[in-house]
Amino acid sequence: MKIPKMKVRDLNFYYGKFHALIDVNMDFNLNEVTALIGPSGCGKSTLLRCLNRMNDLISISRADGKIFLDDININDPGVDVVTLRRHIGMVFQKPNPFPKSIFENVAYGLRVNGVKDRAYIAHKVEETLKSAALWDEVKGRMHESALGLSGGQQQRLCIARAMAVEPDVLLMDEPASALDPIATQKIEELIDELKSQYTIVIVTHNMQQAARVSDITAFFYLGRLIEMDKTESIFTRPSLKQTSDYITGRFG
Amino acid sequence: MQRTQQSGKSRKRKEQAIRSLFFIIALASVMALGFIMYFLFVEGLPVFSKVSVKDFVFGRYWYPTSQPPDFGIFPLIVASMAVTGLSAAMSIPLGVLAALYLAEAAAPRVRQWVKPVVELLAALPSVVIGFFGMVVVAPFLQDLLDIPTGLNLFNGALMLAFMSVPTICSISEDAIYSVPVELKEASLALGATHWETIARVLLPASLSGICTAIILGMSRAIGETMVVLMVTGGAAMVPESIFDPVRPMPASIAAEMAEAPFRGSHYHALFATGIVLFIFTLLFNLLADHISHRYKQTGAATL
Repeated sequence: MKIPKMKVRDLNFYYGKFHALIDVNMDFNLNEVTALIGPSGCGKSTLLRCLNRMNDLISISRADGKIFLDDININDPGVDVVTLRRHIGMVFQKPNPFPKSIFENVAYGLRVNGVKDRAYIAHKVEETLKSAALWDEVKGRMHESALGLSGGQQQRLCIARAMAVEPDVLLMDEPASALDPIATQKIEELIDELKSQYTIVIVTHNMQQAARVSDITAFFYLGRLIEMDKTESIFTRPSLKQTSDYITGRFG
Repeated sequence: MQRTQQSGKSRKRKEQAIRSLFFIIALASVMALGFIMYFLFVEGLPVFSKVSVKDFVFGRYWYPTSQPPDFGIFPLIVASMAVTGLSAAMSIPLGVLAALYLAEAAAPRVRQWVKPVVELLAALPSVVIGFFGMVVVAPFLQDLLDIPTGLNLFNGALMLAFMSVPTICSISEDAIYSVPVELKEASLALGATHWETIARVLLPASLSGICTAIILGMSRAIGETMVVLMVTGGAAMVPESIFDPVRPMPASIAAEMAEAPFRGSHYHALFATGIVLFIFTLLFNLLADHISHRYKQTGAATL
């Protein structure tokens, strides 16, 4: 029983004159992890950043087409992008905790969304740190700077920070690319646990990672969605030669 | 093998020579400053055989040429602090808000043009600003407010604010602009508005840079001589309103030094005023240094 949480319809995206995404159509299902793979510059990160309209920050960019979150077209001019981003959390490639305490990092999203109840914030911070599998490592030093954590811990903190506002969708832009194998494994285990609550979209350069964590894999090349299928199928019997060339490492 | 040892030796000698050269250059500039300080104290301290430190700093009458002379620089200290404080009250909000606009709100093209222009303003010679204050602002103030003279504390503070806004704006803008874009994106991605992102992430992360900018701007103002000499009116009295004429320390030193008999008490008193001014600017700079270390927040996370 698959419920599409986000639907992309005829999406075209431009950076100035550069046509970065061409006629993309795809669904992201509830409680599934969708991996976006492809060589550098294929548009996978651009697509991810279209999903929470992070590309709005780039003044010369333009998106045509529709992206639905449930039934709302998020590219509609009437949509409030601030509210939208509360529903779609994002984890970045490089761990980017705020230069604040561990506690304040997780509480940040709640505070900017107007939560004043201190008991609730404390409770929520603990709860999300627990589900990000970080609580045991940081509970004694909640009020120390987050920058004192290791890279892997920082990235799990960033995931906790994104989860604290209870989004529906989690976008992850190569969340483990800057981490060592052990930290990467922890992040992957975390993704696996989180998918029962969220719709997760992950961009990755690492084919094994896509194979390990995702249910659906989408292969992009030169701005087009080339092939999208169950991860198993993509990696064992891709239907297009281009896909198999990429995943077997013949190019890219 | 022997050859490499040889060249290794000569390389080491060369390194040593370069190191010594740099050491001497650094030493020369430090020593020059050291001598200036030494000179300042040698020429300034003798006045305290005539007047106690307390009477000098807190004395309310500065009549260095009357018989017997009064060496009380309290009015000058108050004037310096008042002019600097009032100019800070004008230049800090202007400078920091302009920096925020340039870094966060302005279109890239606007920023590209306005930033160099603001920096160019910092290069305006102070005598030009003083002249402007004297012939344009002073008559205007006098007419507008119907006061006895337009050369007063307010005018001086306004002109000093002109001088410190470019410094404050330019350095603050650098600090705000250099906050990693990842932090801004992280905040926006959590559903913070642009304003919340500025207030809660960008400003705290650039606080040390902004404080440094403010203090550098203010230390420029407190030590500034030409402007205050030209536009503050020059009356050595404790001001009762911001439209009273005043005589800040640098103006007093510059105006009187040429007339003070060499190595007389007046001469020593002016150098002692210089010492007080030096202590003020030193404290400012130490404070700037302290703040920039205290609130230093490293931007992006390190791995």
